[in-house]
Amino acid sequence: MSENILEVKNLRAYYKVLKGEVKAVDDLTFNVRKGEILGVAGESGCGKSTLANTLISRKPPLHYISGEVRLLGKDIMHMPSEQFRKMRFRNISLIPQYALDAFSPTRRIKQFISDLVRDHGIKADQKFMAKVVDRLRLVNLDESVLDRYSIELSGGMKQRIILTISTILDPEFLIADEITSALDVSSQRYVATMLANFRDEGIIGSAMFITHDLSILYQIADKILIMYAGNLVEIGPTDEIIKNPRHPYTRALIASLPQVGIQYKDHRLEGIEGTPPALLNIGEGCRFRFRCPYMSAKCEGSPALENVSLDHQVSCWYWKEVESDVSA
Amino acid sequence: MSVPSSNDSILSVRGLTKVFYSGVFRRQATVAVKDVWFEMKPGTILSLIGESGSGKTTIGKLILKLIQPTSGQIIYKGTDIAHLKNKEQLRDYYRKVQGVFQDPFATFNPLYRVDRIFNMVYSSFGLDQGKKDEQVREVLESVNLDPDRTLGKFPHQLSGGQLQRLLIARTLLMDVDILIADELISMLDASTRIGILNLLVDICKSRGMSILFITHDLNLGYYISDYTLIMYKGRLVEKGDTKKIYENPVHPYTKMLFESVPDIHRKWDRSEEFLPEHVVQEVREFYAANEGRGFEDVEEEHTVLFSDR
Repeated sequence: MSENILEVKNLRAYYKVLKGEVKAVDDLTFNVRKGEILGVAGESGCGKSTLANTLISRKPPLHYISGEVRLLGKDIMHMPSEQFRKMRFRNISLIPQYALDAFSPTRRIKQFISDLVRDHGIKADQKFMAKVVDRLRLVNLDESVLDRYSIELSGGMKQRIILTISTILDPEFLIADEITSALDVSSQRYVATMLANFRDEGIIGSAMFITHDLSILYQIADKILIMYAGNLVEIGPTDEIIKNPRHPYTRALIASLPQVGIQYKDHRLEGIEGTPPALLNIGEGCRFRFRCPYMSAKCEGSPALENVSLDHQVSCWYWKEVESDVSA
Repeated sequence: MSVPSSNDSILSVRGLTKVFYSGVFRRQATVAVKDVWFEMKPGTILSLIGESGSGKTTIGKLILKLIQPTSGQIIYKGTDIAHLKNKEQLRDYYRKVQGVFQDPFATFNPLYRVDRIFNMVYSSFGLDQGKKDEQVREVLESVNLDPDRTLGKFPHQLSGGQLQRLLIARTLLMDVDILIADELISMLDASTRIGILNLLVDICKSRGMSILFITHDLNLGYYISDYTLIMYKGRLVEKGDTKKIYENPVHPYTKMLFESVPDIHRKWDRSEEFLPEHVVQEVREFYAANEGRGFEDVEEEHTVLFSDR
């Protein structure tokens, strides 16, 4: 078995607000192996981006509560911020959501890049820029883009530049938060594929690909983690999660996906009734229970993460019943 | 002015073109929509699919008369809407043709409670107020909202899905003929999306409404629509029966779209080189090879733009 790049154990991170605590990341346990792309999926407000922020930078009101996070064997939750700063960009890199809008409208791409890397203590000298140009070629952009302004570029081109810059120092771990969401379908395919190619070529070690779109994860992720209301509900190999989900939520989510070939006349899809619970001061129990067909008194208690197989874990009291229930 | 309308369509778009001018002395021309033809029939859903900048939203805005066409006609029940000038005529038009848009949080006035939004429908369109409360409750129930838990609330107290349902309820109250749904569910989560789609299908079929469903998402388009229009750079490149287009795409742009849509039953072939920019060249070659052909039917209810020259 190959080594783990990232190990997360019972991680909790809450937003502390006047009215109490918003439990946006609550008891998450998972690993990311070397060379693996972990897809993280869930609905808006389920804690996907909070998870990314917890790993990279915890700014108030977001607070780390408990649990362990080891990146390359080092405990990054208790590391002095100066020391962690040195790891950022070099060992761990984040492409935040809406990074597309972060370009300065008054700076050329070249200037923007040098401003950015200077912040990390790197000089944008000729050697560095030559590397940038090399990498841009990999995403099919030529060096003329460096002299352009961001408004002259399409969303797909900007996202490719961002992907190039974030990975320029060959980080062992890349967190990509909704990098395909604002793009057209064709650019989506290109950018997502590029990320997987970067992994294949060893430019990045492993990645965490956060999206609300399960069908993109099916294309490029090795493993998928499903979050619901701050909890991890299921994690496992991509094919297992998509073809044979064990958690009632995962199952309902996949069943609600419109796909080419399914038309309302032939097969009526069903969504999930209700909405996710508010996470403010949320108590014990399975958070999906109010929308779940399997709900019983047992669900008032929080289910543990159980092994379906070696790589596949699920957090549900009734996963065995879900498994045998073909009709659901 | 009355124009003979073809067979059973409620709205026909004929040779619609919109050019935007910008720059110093408005010298820069951008052709947003060029020579677009299609028909909308009662009780059917037409999806208008295209990527950003393809002109799909512009078509929606032209039909809603938010902008004026450069040339071409939009004929609603025998009348070219370009000729609707005075307030009365416009009000009558908007009573029957309405739009709902992508961002539900931007659509509502944050200071107005839900009941006020419905009251405004009555006052601005001069509807009979006699059965107002009853009617409002009825339409709310038909979009699966609980009137007691919705009326009296402010927009921020409702979820995105609930707000989109409210907008649809509003159009039901007015009993519209044509609904322009521009990226209506793009901001909603997967589990709530499908409920809105099913709702649209149900009201379309039960009330004989005609819906123009503008989207960039082919999966959604396939699920909901009877007919499909594919837009590329302001041109309608392929149109017809949804299943026929998806089963047998002819235009290189349509093919490229179908190859890039993520599907949970089929993985992308990562060994083949895929580049969105390639399609520009492919389309050019396709047009050059078919020069002089224009729009042609490839089968019944399936038309393709073979060349733009």
